[in-house]
Amino acid sequence: MSHDFLQMHLKAVISCLLIFLYKVHTTKAGQFFSSGHTNNWAVLVCTSRFWFNYRHVANTLSVYRSVKRLGIPDSHIVLMLADDMACNYRNPKPATVFSHKNMELNVYGDDVEVDYRGYEVTVENFLRVLTGRLPPSTPRSKRLLSDDRSNILIYLTGHGGNGFLKFQDSEEISNMELADAFEQMWQKRRYNELLFIIDTCQGASMYERFYSPNLMALASSQVGEDSLSHQPDLAIGVHLMDKYTFYLLEFLEEVHPASQANMNDLFKVCPQSQCVSTPGHRTDLFQRDPGSVLITDFFGSVRKVEITKDTINLTSPVEPPIQRSGSGDIQIESLTYVDQLPVAEIIHQKPKQKDWHPPDGFILGLWTLILLVFFQTYGIKHLKHIF
Amino acid sequence: MLFSVIATITQIHRGILLCDGTKDSESFTAAARDQFQEELVIRPLHSGDIYASFQFRTLWDTDFLQERQKVSHYRLFPKSLGQVLSKFSVRELHISFTQGFWRTMQWGQPFIPSPPGAELWVWFHDTVSDVDGNWKELTNVLSGIFCASLNFIDLTNTVQPSASFKPLGLGNATDHRFLRYATLPREIVCTENLTPWKKLLPCGSKAGLSVLLKSEKLFHSSFHSQAVHIRPVCQDEQCTSKAWELRQTLNVVFDLYTSGQGKKEWSLFKMFSRTLTEACPLATSSKVYVDITDNPELSPATPLLSQAVVLGDRRTYSVFDLTRAEMFGQLRSLNLLLRWKGDSDMLRPLLHAERYVAGFGLQTGEIHTVIYNNHPYRAFPVLLMDSVPWYLQLYIHTLTVTSKSRDNKPSYIHYQPAKDRHRPHLLEMLIQLPPHSMTEVTVQFERALLKWTEYTPDPNHGFYVGSSVVSALVPSMVAMNTNFTQDQPLFSSFVPVKEESSYFVRVYTEPLLVNLPTPDFSMPYNVICLTCTVVAVGYGSFYNLLTRTFQVDEPSLPLAKRLANLIRRIRGVPLLA
Repeated sequence: MSHDFLQMHLKAVISCLLIFLYKVHTTKAGQFFSSGHTNNWAVLVCTSRFWFNYRHVANTLSVYRSVKRLGIPDSHIVLMLADDMACNYRNPKPATVFSHKNMELNVYGDDVEVDYRGYEVTVENFLRVLTGRLPPSTPRSKRLLSDDRSNILIYLTGHGGNGFLKFQDSEEISNMELADAFEQMWQKRRYNELLFIIDTCQGASMYERFYSPNLMALASSQVGEDSLSHQPDLAIGVHLMDKYTFYLLEFLEEVHPASQANMNDLFKVCPQSQCVSTPGHRTDLFQRDPGSVLITDFFGSVRKVEITKDTINLTSPVEPPIQRSGSGDIQIESLTYVDQLPVAEIIHQKPKQKDWHPPDGFILGLWTLILLVFFQTYGIKHLKHIF
Repeated sequence: MLFSVIATITQIHRGILLCDGTKDSESFTAAARDQFQEELVIRPLHSGDIYASFQFRTLWDTDFLQERQKVSHYRLFPKSLGQVLSKFSVRELHISFTQGFWRTMQWGQPFIPSPPGAELWVWFHDTVSDVDGNWKELTNVLSGIFCASLNFIDLTNTVQPSASFKPLGLGNATDHRFLRYATLPREIVCTENLTPWKKLLPCGSKAGLSVLLKSEKLFHSSFHSQAVHIRPVCQDEQCTSKAWELRQTLNVVFDLYTSGQGKKEWSLFKMFSRTLTEACPLATSSKVYVDITDNPELSPATPLLSQAVVLGDRRTYSVFDLTRAEMFGQLRSLNLLLRWKGDSDMLRPLLHAERYVAGFGLQTGEIHTVIYNNHPYRAFPVLLMDSVPWYLQLYIHTLTVTSKSRDNKPSYIHYQPAKDRHRPHLLEMLIQLPPHSMTEVTVQFERALLKWTEYTPDPNHGFYVGSSVVSALVPSMVAMNTNFTQDQPLFSSFVPVKEESSYFVRVYTEPLLVNLPTPDFSMPYNVICLTCTVVAVGYGSFYNLLTRTFQVDEPSLPLAKRLANLIRRIRGVPLLA
């Protein structure tokens, strides 16, 4: 009897626990603990140079803008732009990069930090950033300091083909290299989950070879299709954005940090009727169901905020510096500024002590030749005069 | 709300620093001893353009290079720069980012000169044993702080001048082994460089004069230059102790036609699309100086006037002191309006330099540097420093210096030849310029062929050669002020004045753009296609002709005829065809 009672109690307790756990899972706190990441990083790369590739820079900057707006700070974003469009001499409105025609939206903004620019955007630097193998003197803003609890967003745009992406018109990265880089990242535990978005022609070929776990990939076009550009602006004279990223930006503008939109909504961005090319995605390597992955898991950032309602009194404004007292006892001679152009001193400047170098190859050869000729003509018996 | 929380937290942090300055460290016996001053000078130019020069100065009485304890409490001085100074034992640091070229003949002399692109020169402390290693790490750290590609500065574009670029701060002995100078003429300046520069200011871009620094207007100008200068200076008039000075300067020239709509009528709102609302609360002095020597119309008028002698010229300035609340009036905003008409006589700049490349073809060329001395009766010496990359091989035996079509022998020449892929050329000469003359320095060079991987992704643009630097003590028509006072305006106290009769000036020439012989990078593909086609068609046909044997091939008969042939063979009768 008591045994049955105990069993019933146990069952009740277990069922209560299960109900509690289920509730936890579906509440905000539950979701926080179930997604598994504690920090967010983004690596945004534009690989094209020259003024007519304005749209690639605008693509990258619009993703940068969305990612910053949703909470990822500059210190966690590695932005690589292969050319400068904003302050280019051909830009009729300097310090701006527009994404909509009639200059509606300036995605460059007033608060932008570009980490790799111009000639620094190379395949080698990109792979070094991903794998973390940078020279020791590289500053922190140029490093991807992710750990095994980081969710990383990687966005690439430029000109590409079947199985490669072109960097600055002079080199390419292949899909196999990219897959290997991600495998290195996985083995070094440099990411928790990774979202890879690419907007180039035949973009789906770039994610065909991935083989590491926890990767989700999106591309703007399938193999054999071209990604098209969206709209030209007659005042600026170039195409401003690519179709896929244009509709992606429109979608992301609706997302706010507390939004519950998930990856299935992202897969529906830019159907063939709008994009002309067919966007593709790949989720077989991803462990969670895409429907349960929030957009803000990759585009936003996890933040811990402690709100206080107390008031704090600030101290009074600055006072002029206090004069040092008691400097009269030690006789300190006054310091002077250096003479900027001491003509007399310069004219009589002694030449620098040059380091002594052993005689160069040419001189050595010349002396050897002279000695050889000498001993040839006058015979070996003269050697004794030297030794 | 999040940002207000963060702002509150940073203000609490500042509050804690202010209080803690007295607490634990051994040498800080008084309150924090740093002060901040900001200043804006507006000068209407002869050609209708307008020149605005911002200077933000933080003066801090401390010693970064002390061995005993490290500086850890930073208040107004930015911590990122302070840590850089103590880690690399830097005595002086000057870095500038410039877009555009300063037109001396149209605009006069700037307060703080700078060459196009990025320029960095650093004096290290005597105690440094490996200057090159420190220099390399310093450039990498600065490239992260300023979001610029300063990591491209390496030994192939660094020089060690032997007489130019003496320290602008305090000091006695100057051993040029501790000086390094490098310039990147290709460097682009845009908002991404302005953003971290603004973050170094104590008030950021929220209050004071820095609210005017909006990138959309600043980069739509003829000339934009932002710089950071760090050096030790005298703390007071007696000059018995040192203080560290950080000066952030921003010079901008707005064009009459692109920003001014063709009218010589400027206002703060027209220039910056903002007006001033308050002084920076952390500043001890916040002033705007407007140059009224040529009598422009200025509103609102102010009775405060000040005269200053700067760059050999006595000019009168109207002073607006922003720390006084009545400056801002009812609307709490100050918008200065400036209007002038007619052509006024500009003081002709006494020293001016130009540089260009002569010659034709892609093999040889000649660099011409022309220096003008516009003083009517005084001759003075100038120090010309040229740093040419190794791929332009200079022939120094063709170096000629001529003034007034006669040979002018320099009294000092220092030449360090280049080493391919290791070191650039360095040429320094002290030349005496005769009065009212033009001096021309010419040297011939040959262009080198670079290796395949050394070409940039856009080699047909050309390769840049950094500006020449002409340093001189120009005789002044007006007596210069050699006294040092605390309330001297910042723009007149940048270069230390040692004697009354001359002032120090540095003039930068244009950078050069030369084309090197560039291979056609699409050629390998074309060559492979062409070669394979030639081999297949030409040699292949020839080979076939020589080795192919012909055999007569009997056509195969239909089935009926084959059966008939079989029967005929059995019978022994001749076969069908």
